[in-house]
Amino acid sequence: MAVLRKELLVELRTLESVPGMALFAVTTFVVFHFALNRSSVDADLAAGILWVTLLFASMLGINRLFVADADQGGFDAFLLAPVDRTAMLAAKALALLIYVVALELVAVPAFALLLLEPSIGHALPGLLAVLALGDLGIVAIGTMVAALTVRTRARDLLGPLLALPLLVPVVIGGARASSPLLALGPPGGLSARWLLTLGLYDLLFGLIAYALFDFLVED
Amino acid sequence: MPVVQVEGLARRYGEREALSDVSLRLQSGQTLVVFGPNGAGKTTLLRVLATLLRPHAGSVEVLGAPLPQQAWSVRGRIGLLGHEPLLYRELTARENLRFHARLHRVKLSRVDELLERLGLDGRADEPLRTLSRGMVQRAAVARAVLHEPELLLLDEPRANLDPAAIELVEPLIGPAPGRTRVICSHDPHGGISEADQVLGLRAGCVALLRERARVSVEEIAGLYR
Amino acid sequence: MLAFCTLAAMAVALALVFFYAPLDAEQGFLQKIFYVHVPLAIVSLCGFVAGGVLAIAHLRSGDARWDARSYVAIHTSLIFGVATLITGSIWAKGSWGHWWVWDEPTLVSFLIVFLLYATYQPLRFAIEDAERQARYASVFAVTAGAFVPMNFIAVRLASAYVHPRVLGSTSNLPPSMALTFLVALLAVALLYATLCAYELAAKRARSQLRALRRAMELAPHSPDAAGDAVGARAREAGAGAAGSMASAGLTSTATISGRAG
Repeated sequence: MAVLRKELLVELRTLESVPGMALFAVTTFVVFHFALNRSSVDADLAAGILWVTLLFASMLGINRLFVADADQGGFDAFLLAPVDRTAMLAAKALALLIYVVALELVAVPAFALLLLEPSIGHALPGLLAVLALGDLGIVAIGTMVAALTVRTRARDLLGPLLALPLLVPVVIGGARASSPLLALGPPGGLSARWLLTLGLYDLLFGLIAYALFDFLVED
Repeated sequence: MPVVQVEGLARRYGEREALSDVSLRLQSGQTLVVFGPNGAGKTTLLRVLATLLRPHAGSVEVLGAPLPQQAWSVRGRIGLLGHEPLLYRELTARENLRFHARLHRVKLSRVDELLERLGLDGRADEPLRTLSRGMVQRAAVARAVLHEPELLLLDEPRANLDPAAIELVEPLIGPAPGRTRVICSHDPHGGISEADQVLGLRAGCVALLRERARVSVEEIAGLYR
Repeated sequence: MLAFCTLAAMAVALALVFFYAPLDAEQGFLQKIFYVHVPLAIVSLCGFVAGGVLAIAHLRSGDARWDARSYVAIHTSLIFGVATLITGSIWAKGSWGHWWVWDEPTLVSFLIVFLLYATYQPLRFAIEDAERQARYASVFAVTAGAFVPMNFIAVRLASAYVHPRVLGSTSNLPPSMALTFLVALLAVALLYATLCAYELAAKRARSQLRALRRAMELAPHSPDAAGDAVGARAREAGAGAAGSMASAGLTSTATISGRAG
């Protein structure tokens, strides 16, 4: 808890991650509008744009997640304290989850406003479920990759290179599950299969992160 | 029972030996002062004793716990004051110390007490990056002694401090009953005067390890030649 | 010995592919690439997963030799992966007319896995400290090893969604083709094992050579007594290097290190 509180305090003080992520997402929607030369999208295309944008915006936060700790001795300070190292993983993952949710609070309405053709109202409950499961996957893999790359040279490059392939299944699950929700015409149903796939993927990588995090903190 | 007992310690970075075959033993309440030119292995030794680096060979026992196997049991009983303050630059001194107090399960009132004793209370609510190096060093001292550690590991603790500030930190990091200290120093006169034992390191090896009474300032100066 | 078995198995496999297995009714001669492509893909994926298992052994024991094995397994798998992608593209071009097809889920998953593993070496060599390098690489190997099957499931689900397909289509091969395929698989697996053994031996020899050179550099500066001890250590290391090289059959390098010893 102390770590989470410190984390959010640093973010509030510097405003380094969340505003940047949100701004990046909105700008990306504008870029998509011009790149695709379309003023509105639906179904597959809409789901794809939404997920790719969320993913890339999240990468910004993931890349910064451990930078202050690596550069200013936070890892050492943490190791000197009689605290379980899993606490650091949990706090960092929660912080990242909060950032990603904050990002979506801006990005999803902006997406509905700028690009989405069907009104988002009826799709919202289903979309929230898919987003929640997708977020967990992004957070589990993101925290892990962030810890893995932060103390390397070229960390800004390695982070996305590692995280993107690992997140492909999340994109598949997220985009396929949300595509029928964002279609024109009668609202499509929520596919239990994709939710299940996403959930299992989250669970697996949550466990992997839990099992391996200790090795990344020690020296 | 000795607080620190090291036998044949070696630690490498890649292929370079930072420490090789270091042995020493330190009783409770004693002070060991470590001399040696830059790169002799002083900082590495402190980090091994602080449980931050695992030894590659030899045995290390700190506060009765063999490292690295039982490192977790002595974390929280060691205070490390290194070159890095281990504080977040964007947070204020008070916020930083409160964070550490929570990690170490120390009462938050201790933070205010220390800030006042170190003369930091006036600037305790400004981000650390706006403070002078001396101020930051004071905050780092507060961080290192926040949990009243039994073993203090100090790497040039008085660097960046003016005489008045040295007065202020003295009761916190100076000699005291039950406080065992390992201090890295470059100042032969001051260093020897506060030592019970003196350790001289050269290229990772023990060049000298003796009681204070049998060490001369010239010998220490010789380490650097 | 291993190298010999590999050569024999490859010769038999090639003979079977060209003289025994019947020509495919639809694809003709082109279908024979199947006996190279599929075994390569299978062996390379198994190698990736094996790299993860070896990495678990490294993390549990802290023994750097497990890390070296994990590294070699992944490294060799990467080379096989490149070969898989190339043969796969040739096959796709021949039978479907395109170098790349997205509706073949196995191919797509393979590409994703390959892209992930392509970051293994950049990650490794971006870390200075040897111990941390080994530990971080192992964490990567375990994560990626678990990712391999998950990714295949996800991608297959994604394409099954578009057009359902029969799983396990290789099981209805005629017996002569199946036999050829199995022999080819064995040959490729043996090739993989041989390459791994060679690289491990080379790595070992290189590190012994380095130890040797360090010992030689130290020797002139040491007093006589210490010089003797260093010399003995150097001879020992030299003998070890020569031994492991010879066992792998790389005799020319072994001579060099032997002379140095």
